Amino acid sequence: MKKAIKAEDAAALIPDGARVLIGGFMAVGSPLRLIDALVERGVRDLTVIANDAGLPHKGIGRLVHAGAVRHAIMSHIGLNPEIQQKMISGEVTVELVPQGTLVERIRAAGMGLGGVLTATGIGTPVEEGKQVVEVDGRRYLLETPIHADFALIAARQADYVGNLEYSLTAQNFNPIMALAGKTVIAEPDVIVPVGVIPPDEVRTPGVLVDHLLARAA
Amino acid sequence: MSNTTNTATAANKAWDPKSIIAARVAQELKPGMLVNLGIGLPSLVANFLPPNSDVFFQAENGVIGLGAHPPEGMEDPYLTDAGGGFVSAVPGAASIDSAMSFGLIRGGHLDLTVLGGLQVDERGYLANWMVPGQKVPGMGGAMDLVAGAKAVIVAMQHAAKGEPKIVPECTLPLTAARRVTLIVTDLAVICPTDDGLVLQERAPGVSVETILAATSAKLIVPDEVPEMVLG
Repeated sequence: MKKAIKAEDAAALIPDGARVLIGGFMAVGSPLRLIDALVERGVRDLTVIANDAGLPHKGIGRLVHAGAVRHAIMSHIGLNPEIQQKMISGEVTVELVPQGTLVERIRAAGMGLGGVLTATGIGTPVEEGKQVVEVDGRRYLLETPIHADFALIAARQADYVGNLEYSLTAQNFNPIMALAGKTVIAEPDVIVPVGVIPPDEVRTPGVLVDHLLARAA
Repeated sequence: MSNTTNTATAANKAWDPKSIIAARVAQELKPGMLVNLGIGLPSLVANFLPPNSDVFFQAENGVIGLGAHPPEGMEDPYLTDAGGGFVSAVPGAASIDSAMSFGLIRGGHLDLTVLGGLQVDERGYLANWMVPGQKVPGMGGAMDLVAGAKAVIVAMQHAAKGEPKIVPECTLPLTAARRVTLIVTDLAVICPTDDGLVLQERAPGVSVETILAATSAKLIVPDEVPEMVLG
């Protein structure tokens, strides 16, 4: 069983300079209370691995705005002009990764694979510097795993074992990232008694989750 | 060969450039297809489908069976499209995670994607994700979609500020080294083939000469180039 912790206590676990996976897609399905607690604590120099940079004052955009992000590994930053300005000024460095490749590189880390082969990126700037592997006459890029110190996950519902259930498009990267962080902190909307979530509805088994965030006060 | 007419029908007068493109692309969507529409102009295609078209739309953020924008007050903050806008889900919809979503795209399970374009060239290669020295939004899902979908339709304005977008060879970074299936613009329908770009249809009231003048790539022009038939 897990004891739910407060957002500020969860944020205190994450040191400056940490590599952090953050779930969400345009802030939908992002752990918003954890993000606020990190901004509040004034964390610096994070490497953030996520689908996108959110919007200027929403989701991961709040971390960018607060100057907490040093390096970003993302598929899209187009809806956040602030991170683009910080990229040009050199305050933030950005590695752009095709979305399907990004999720597979995270999955590879979480599943114990040495990488994945994908045809995505062949013949484009994404190919530069990467090993090309030919299988059955087709060319693929070798894409390496993305490991992280923490995974910050948003879920609709958790139980006190840490089992997680997601909702609609708010699941996105969350179930994959929950495999790939050394320490996994889940932020559910609600926590229900053990047994309320049927085994078939569990998308992230509780064994992967280290800390549960208490529900909003 | 030219069949220019200034007597466009009453119906044709209502067709603005984006509607011409979206309506023509909609004719390529067949019952039973799984289709991904890019944000912006391609998303308009859904407005031109007949009711009960039996097409499922995928949004790469995690839904198969994307429906229309819900009525005001009935939005679900956890049900959005890839642009972050509120959507609904049709009966029979499925919600999926990002690995499944891109597995569908790369694994050959997605029948068609419709995407915008910055340039398409004589090889049928598409560039649509960055302009060096300008904004760098990131490729998002575009590279996976173009590399992996069974068919790719580029839906775009034929030219941008007078500059041709259908060019001999893309000068912008490619999205994928893959020949797209069809190019639909406000002036023409063009099909990339082994022999090059074939001009298949003209927009209502548009002459072949007008299309050639707006295109810097070499176009193969058949003896007959019919007009698009729009609803």
